[in-house]
Amino acid sequence: MSLQLDFPAVLERWPSFLAGAVLTLELAAFATVLGALLGTLAAVGRGTHNSLIAGACKIYVETIRNTPLLVQIFLVYFGLASLGLKFSAFTVAVTALTINVGAYTAEIMRAGFEAIPRGQIEAAEGLALSRLQIYWHIILLPAVEKVYPALTSQFVLLMLASSVCSQISAEELTAVANYIQSDTYRAFETYIIVAVLYVILSLVMRAGFWGLGLVLFPRRRRLGTPL
Amino acid sequence: MQQNSSSEPIVSLRNVRKSFGPLVVLDGVSFAVERGEVLALIGRSGSGKSTALRCIDRFEKVDDGEIVVCGHRVDRPDVDLRALRQDVGIVFQSYNLFPHLTIEQNITLAPCAVKGMATAEAKDLARKVLVQVGLEEKLHAYPEQLSGGQQQRAAIARSLAMQPKVMLFDEVTSALDPELTAEVLKVIEQLAADGMTMVMVTHEMGFAKGIADRIVFMHRGKVHETGPASILTSPTTPELTQFVGTGNLKS
Ligand SMILES: Nc1ncnc2c1ncn2[C@@H]1O[C@H](COP(=O)(O)OP(=O)(O)OP(=O)(O)O)[C@@H](O)[C@H]1O
Ligand SMILES: [Mg+2]
Repeated sequence: MSLQLDFPAVLERWPSFLAGAVLTLELAAFATVLGALLGTLAAVGRGTHNSLIAGACKIYVETIRNTPLLVQIFLVYFGLASLGLKFSAFTVAVTALTINVGAYTAEIMRAGFEAIPRGQIEAAEGLALSRLQIYWHIILLPAVEKVYPALTSQFVLLMLASSVCSQISAEELTAVANYIQSDTYRAFETYIIVAVLYVILSLVMRAGFWGLGLVLFPRRRRLGTPL
Repeated sequence: MQQNSSSEPIVSLRNVRKSFGPLVVLDGVSFAVERGEVLALIGRSGSGKSTALRCIDRFEKVDDGEIVVCGHRVDRPDVDLRALRQDVGIVFQSYNLFPHLTIEQNITLAPCAVKGMATAEAKDLARKVLVQVGLEEKLHAYPEQLSGGQQQRAAIARSLAMQPKVMLFDEVTSALDPELTAEVLKVIEQLAADGMTMVMVTHEMGFAKGIADRIVFMHRGKVHETGPASILTSPTTPELTQFVGTGNLKS
């Protein structure tokens, strides 16, 4: 028995692979930005004294973290459809991924908020800063800094997990691969190429987050302390 | 500093009570601080000094009694916290500089965010208050690049930038070795000489004796003895006698 690999037959479909990779990156980018916002708000919400808001945020986080992503995607997909709303597969995918990663972000950000020493907040209160100003100027950036590695790993994981969006025929990388392998009967080659592409996308994202870290945390850059 | 005898005290506590659960921490505390006066709060660990100080800036809510600070009724639930805290500066033992901001940004943040001061004006102010504490060369440093004494002086400068009417200090030198303590105390001494009204919790009895216009000795949640700095050398109650006699009166 010999393994016969025919990469050229698959590689000639490179424009499709490229389009799929770009779409995967777009999905990840949208969901990362929106999920970071949603998750931060949910983390703030869980810390408020309003038990209604705190409870709602807790239910959201726990529900999402205890159900499979694919089921969440179907719920959004069929849920919107049964309301008579028609959205593109891309929009549905971004929505579901945002809701998903928002819950994980909320947990990570909560840990970040809790790591801010009480004295920092008291000092800010003593300077007459408002609750909102304290979150914005004193808590947010140091909290993100404390959890940055966990946070960015979560967003890379999200990009990888977005492959299940192929199930609702969003034309991302895995969907493209499914299509190509059924067309060429070269499944193994196809998925080897797809795996390599996912690795590249991960590296691209990690490089992006590294660069963003330099911008967000100038003190680290100045003092040369790595994250 | 001219004292205006007709004006109200800057800070006044009347019969203030405060408990944490079953623990009575302030058991009817009364004292007042006039404009330009320096009041030193002394007493054993756990006697309620920090709690009394924190009540003045409403970091603790009192159970009973009256606190008036620069005209604000601090004991009332509807006190305007933002206005109160613009009038009161507070400095803690642990400096609490914001680690992600430069010293300049630490200082300009509140004047810009709270008072709406223009950035250029706030930067001028930052320079001015840093000169006051002898740290002008650290304008662009980050807190972690400073020694403890320097961080504490920067924290004092940050407070001064809000131009408070009264400054509260809670054992601001306890975390520092003697040399760094001296440089911070020098700054506070200068503030006193400039007429700043101050309430300070301190274990530095020599310093309290030199700088304080009035001493409040707290014992078991009460003002046990109070008077001019001379009470430290000739105390009348046995508790204060014991307190100053147990090596607390150094220098
Ligand atoms: N938030 C709190 N919850 C419960 N108990 C508290 C709280 N803050 C202070 N206490 C208790 O109140 C008492 C007085 O504390 P406080 O900090 O006012 O003392 P202190 O005179 O400043 O002492 P020290 O010299 O050690 O700083 C202590 O027994 C302390 O344990
Ligand atoms: Mg104390």
